[in-house]
Amino acid sequence: MKSPTTREKVAFIILGIITFFVILPIFLTIFYVAKNSIGTITWEFISQYPRNGMKEGGILPAIIGTIYLIVGTMIFSLPVGILSAIYLVEYAKDNFFTRLIKLSIVNLSGIPSIVYGLFGFALFVIFMQFGTSILAGSLTLAIMSLPVIVTATKEALEAVPYSFREISLSLGATKWQTIRYCVLPYALPGILTGTVLSLSRAAGETAPILFTVAAFYLPRLPRSIFDQAMALPYHLYVISTQVPNMPLQISFATAFVLIILVFLINLISIVLRVHFRKKKQW
Amino acid sequence: MQIIIETKNLSAYFDNNCVLKNLNIEVFPKEILGIIGPANSGKTTFLCALNRLNYLKPNYFQEGEIYFLGKNIAELSDNELRKKIGIIFALPQVLPMSIYNNIAYGPKVHGIRKKSILDELVEISLKRAYLWDEVKDRLHSPALKLSGGQQQRLCIARTLAVQPDIILYDEPCSGLDPISTAKIEEAMQELKQHYTQILVTNNTKQAARVTERCSFFLMGELIEIDKTSTLFTSPKDKRTDDYIRGKFG
Amino acid sequence: MRLKKTKEFVIEFLIHTSGALIIGFVVLIFLFLLKDSLSLFRTYSLKNFFFGKNWLPISEPSQFGIIPLVIGSLYVTLVAILICVPTGIAVAMFIAEVAPSYLRIILKSLVEILASIPSVVLGFIGIVWLGPFLKNALGLSTGMCGLTGSLLLAFMALPTIISISEDALVSVPRSYKEAAFGLGATRWQTLWRIVLPSASSGIIAAIMLGIGRVIGETMVVMMVTGNSPVIPRSIFQPLRTLTATVAGEMGETVSGSEHYFALFAVGLVLFIITFIINFLADLSLQRGKQ
Repeated sequence: MKSPTTREKVAFIILGIITFFVILPIFLTIFYVAKNSIGTITWEFISQYPRNGMKEGGILPAIIGTIYLIVGTMIFSLPVGILSAIYLVEYAKDNFFTRLIKLSIVNLSGIPSIVYGLFGFALFVIFMQFGTSILAGSLTLAIMSLPVIVTATKEALEAVPYSFREISLSLGATKWQTIRYCVLPYALPGILTGTVLSLSRAAGETAPILFTVAAFYLPRLPRSIFDQAMALPYHLYVISTQVPNMPLQISFATAFVLIILVFLINLISIVLRVHFRKKKQW
Repeated sequence: MQIIIETKNLSAYFDNNCVLKNLNIEVFPKEILGIIGPANSGKTTFLCALNRLNYLKPNYFQEGEIYFLGKNIAELSDNELRKKIGIIFALPQVLPMSIYNNIAYGPKVHGIRKKSILDELVEISLKRAYLWDEVKDRLHSPALKLSGGQQQRLCIARTLAVQPDIILYDEPCSGLDPISTAKIEEAMQELKQHYTQILVTNNTKQAARVTERCSFFLMGELIEIDKTSTLFTSPKDKRTDDYIRGKFG
Repeated sequence: MRLKKTKEFVIEFLIHTSGALIIGFVVLIFLFLLKDSLSLFRTYSLKNFFFGKNWLPISEPSQFGIIPLVIGSLYVTLVAILICVPTGIAVAMFIAEVAPSYLRIILKSLVEILASIPSVVLGFIGIVWLGPFLKNALGLSTGMCGLTGSLLLAFMALPTIISISEDALVSVPRSYKEAAFGLGATRWQTLWRIVLPSASSGIIAAIMLGIGRVIGETMVVMMVTGNSPVIPRSIFQPLRTLTATVAGEMGETVSGSEHYFALFAVGLVLFIITFIINFLADLSLQRGKQ
């Protein structure tokens, strides 16, 4: 007759085993990609153009394209994201309109990435006639990133003690002055962390850029925001599905560079989080 | 006798509960007016009605008028009003900045940018709050490192820096030790020369020490108001007498 | 002074507008999808779209029945959910209640790392390793089938299920647990009988969000499920999901053609499905917070 204590031990061991088998593939995946990339990842690989139909050479334009997209996404998503979070926390009353905004954020965060791609194509590429361009791609990725930025900013603003606002207002400051000098500076760490997180996601997304910006091969780097661009995730997709006789090492190396890029951005956000937690004064 | 603050039938409601009933009170310039009474008497609500801080809380509703130097305060904007009427809260609340910046914050939001003027304002405010000697060598160190009593005096200095006409105190010494309390009471006596002060306190002895006129609030109503000495020795209302003697509270 | 007031007015106007913009985007997305979907239904019948069993865009005449796609999505989602929900909840239980605090931090970080692996990388792994592996191990005719997709999708949805379930478990009030301990229950009994049921609305939300994530995933399914838009007879066969159809065929359509509009209609279907799922999940989370 199993006693409750024995049953507990068994149950916990089972939970532990399941966890182990979930965690293990994470390591295996990364090591597998890393192992098969060694030797291919060289400075030339990162700094050169692909040659011979992608089967040789490097992935420089894809890396640059992804960086352009990250910057573009940040430029378009930050203002709207931060301002709407400020609205929700500091100005909005508890009414239907506010609940509608919150519902919209929940919905935006659940829309499939391919639907964003369709929308981006219909609105930015066709309707606004931007064509497949960095502009269209960044705008699409920006709308996709909004929920993360709004949520992170909202939490950061709510974490600032209410007393700061009370003090500022009681001294005669206006609402915006209070937000600008007494709330935002202290919410900045959280905002920064959330922003960087959203950027790391944007960097790895393929579906939204399929028809809004991505190009198979461009002989030159994009020179304006109206140009197409290559991008790492799309590049990996293309060489692993559309190029016959593709040397696998290059595909692995591309995958690895993409993983590293995303991890690096995530690492920045973690470092920021830790750094600001130490500096916190209240 | 000139009047600096006057209320006419002021009533206040939170969530449809009446917390101030038909308040008619006058405040004279440069006096220290005390407000005593048990909890939930509307003392804080009265203070915060003067600078419209009550509107920050949800479901607040007010009737009646408040006059500042004969002018209805509804005609003043929020920031003009709060510049003229400053408030010190019960718990010392300093911003996580340096001592200097805490005090300079008020003047800066009102448009004073010149460093020389700010320096002067900071010094005068700290001196009037009886804090200058203790912090003059470390004006740029974090304000959070000060003791509770020092932080409260910093709050007073911060309020003085915007050059108000009236200072409201909402139980300012409730969290402080006797020495800090004594310093603040001393500061209040000095500030009489320049400012009108209204002191809400739970400590009847403090009211007796510091104030010249005193009022007794009970359940949202002004029961009695008189010279402090008279109120404490021969109050006209039995309820005042009972409260002061400690029969309830 | 005037300038300051004007500046302040402009900023407050922008702030209020941004709030409205968010609602605007959701409405815009819906409208743009709707506009082009409706163009399809001018020339193609609604009934054939929703109930047609053939998705043959390039045949003459074209057929745009989404049943094979819907079944493909459902199959892949169902199997993925069957795998990742029990696993995810088990891991959440382990992290929330069993693991010592140092391990908890490590595990949560690892789950975050998993969440950040781009889907195209997982699709790539499916092509070069998982597909061939399953083909050999299970003797399938091809490794590019629904099962490969389901496994990878389960892997991708795990972080969502784990972190939201873990949040739900951790927010169960301590007093519940203390009451149980006071009555002599073991940690396991408390976890299984008291904490888990109390966290149920949060866990349901986690499952729904996981489903939403899986249904909406594009790259993985496009790369490994074989892209065969026929009604699959089993999970071991190639199939096609709604998402992969849009992503895969959009490049080949002519703007303004029937095929083009049909893909928008598929996009609209996806939008509505995920809208409903997310709405319900949010309801569940809100109810849990009370």
